[in-house]
Amino acid sequence: MNFKQALLGAACAMMMAGAAQAQISDNKVKIGVLTDLSGTYSDLSGQGSVVAAEMAVADFGGKVKGAAVEVVSADHQNKADISSAIARKWYDSEGVDVITDLVTSAVALAVREVARERKKIDIVSGAASTALTGKACSETGFHWAYDTYAMAVGTGKAVVKQGGDSWFFLTADYAFGHALEGDTAAVVKENGGKVVGQVRHPFPNADFSSFLLQAQASKAKIIGLANAGQDTINAIKQAKEFGITDSGQSLASLLIFITDIHSLGLDTAKDLLMTTGFYWDADDESRAFAKRFKEKTGKMPTMIHAGVYSSVMQYLKAIDAAGTDEGVAVSAKLREMPVKDFFAKDGKVRADGRMVHDMYLAQVKKPAESKQPWDYLKVVRTIPGDEAYRPLEKGDCPLVKK
Amino acid sequence: MNGRIIAAAALAIGILAPFTGIYTVFLMKALCFALFACAFNLLLGFAGLLSFGHAAFFGLAAYVTAHGVKEWGLTPELGILAGTAVAAVLGLGFGGLAIRRQGIYFAMITLALSQMVYFFCLQAPFTHGEDGIQAVPRGYLFGFIDLMQPMNMYYTVLAIFVFGFAVIHRAVHSPFGQVLKAIRDNEQRAISLGYRTERYKLAAFVLSAALAGMAGSTKALVFQLASLTDAHWHASGEVVLMTLLGGMGTIAGPAVGAFLVVAIQNYLAESGAWVTIIQGVIFIIVVLSFRRGILGEVVGFVAKRKATPAAKPLEPRPASAITGE
Repeated sequence: MNFKQALLGAACAMMMAGAAQAQISDNKVKIGVLTDLSGTYSDLSGQGSVVAAEMAVADFGGKVKGAAVEVVSADHQNKADISSAIARKWYDSEGVDVITDLVTSAVALAVREVARERKKIDIVSGAASTALTGKACSETGFHWAYDTYAMAVGTGKAVVKQGGDSWFFLTADYAFGHALEGDTAAVVKENGGKVVGQVRHPFPNADFSSFLLQAQASKAKIIGLANAGQDTINAIKQAKEFGITDSGQSLASLLIFITDIHSLGLDTAKDLLMTTGFYWDADDESRAFAKRFKEKTGKMPTMIHAGVYSSVMQYLKAIDAAGTDEGVAVSAKLREMPVKDFFAKDGKVRADGRMVHDMYLAQVKKPAESKQPWDYLKVVRTIPGDEAYRPLEKGDCPLVKK
Repeated sequence: MNGRIIAAAALAIGILAPFTGIYTVFLMKALCFALFACAFNLLLGFAGLLSFGHAAFFGLAAYVTAHGVKEWGLTPELGILAGTAVAAVLGLGFGGLAIRRQGIYFAMITLALSQMVYFFCLQAPFTHGEDGIQAVPRGYLFGFIDLMQPMNMYYTVLAIFVFGFAVIHRAVHSPFGQVLKAIRDNEQRAISLGYRTERYKLAAFVLSAALAGMAGSTKALVFQLASLTDAHWHASGEVVLMTLLGGMGTIAGPAVGAFLVVAIQNYLAESGAWVTIIQGVIFIIVVLSFRRGILGEVVGFVAKRKATPAAKPLEPRPASAITGE
């Protein structure tokens, strides 16, 4: 009995080893979508990103250079250690060639280091930290959909130009909030506006009443929300309840997604100014993609979903052009090739890995203006990519020669 | 005697595990959490103190090690020692305050203190907020063992775990451990016997905190990062889960629980949203039907099958021999 079991065990082990070898053989391109499938960000990235990647693969034809393309996915639970373990496993023993989505900054930065060591590619669409194209930039690392700088600059500059020249910040009291507030404040001042004050709220926070009253008392025209996720949603809801938005002050949310607007409802979110890398109703191409996406998932794509699609498509094109799926060669191609699709009309990838593309400044519609489900935004202005993203030389990326 | 055979077998499994094709990073992570859970169990299982703030030691030690190794160029062994030392000092502070109260109040004080540490980690510039400390170099152990080699790192982690486990084992089976159990079962009686129970509890708390810190420091080197996850109260909850699953108050139970929980997190990650649900369901089942945890049930079953009475009476010792007072 014992001998039999041992034999069985040995046979199993050999089979597993055999399977692992088959995956390493490079007759397959594997795309890993590492995302939050169960937590806070599962709505704005999550399963939708997996679908977006699968759509890109299907649209490309399912094969590149004769090799089948496969999409795998995993839930990183927003934990950097879990994501780094999965990334190591994927790159080392499961033949994954690229990891994408990567929502949550700590996760993206952790995977970036794993990828850099192995000269494998990571394309971040989900996370916002500019460190990804700054100090943590890598030869094989890319940042696709947006970043905090673009959000801050896009909204900050545009709002000042529209006459919103006095700002009060409601800031989540941690590194992300501080960075968002700092970037935006600099832009506001540069464009002739002034910052009349700021208040830092704990993270996460449920009760914004005292902070909102301070914001109201400041008489600033614009209340800038330098926070994200549930904090932003709570702040917007409570600002509405306090009558702040109805009494002449406007909110500018520095990081918000269309799915957040969906859960807030137009009545609460109306007139909110925001920057986004993608809006489904921008033109025919984006509408076509959004329609297909909605059929599969039941909701409209966020800029992260669209970014994942765009990056996977571009990655496959780069393999096709490079004739190999070796990380460094494909990365070189990705930096050479212009990005032209429904997501990035005229995108280019810089030396630091930043995919520069036009952003939109949008305003949330009033309920009366909305003609159909998910008809939430009107595009106020298109922000050219070079204006939206941090100048190459200001990022401290070691790959950029000074 | 039996115990020694089991221990030797477990060690042999530990040494041979990387050759079975199991992913070493997974094993190392599981070992780190196993040490963390065993350290926690020293407090909960043997002193009867439910700390809900052990993530503070685990997380802060990880930050200290990561920062020390990355920014100050400490060697890995010094980094781990620094993390452990900071956790021990923090444990002295926490313990000094918390052991003045029992039960739910004790748990709440530790929770509150650990939340303070969490927010400190969120704000302090050296932790880089929610980005965490990334790209921590593993360096060379004792100056010549390259820890970037997975096998070297694995055996280092295994050695640290065995060391920590041995310390706990020694503590539990020493007169000190007997007093802890006495305090757990009836503190008033222990006091009436002349023990200064608060000193014993504080010593257990500091030891537990230091070992939890050692686990966190090691984890920072394994993953080459320190992040807020480790300092969050979720981590405090997770270690309770591991301990209860594996068997509270059994010496190796928490390690079993840790392996189970880490395996669920790692191998079910691809099934998406189900991870947390499966964890929850398993927890409910264990709490409802296997109250003693996995290993606790096994031990109970074995003890029942032996016809001999399960517990052999302890030899009475004079109090002075135990405390040295």
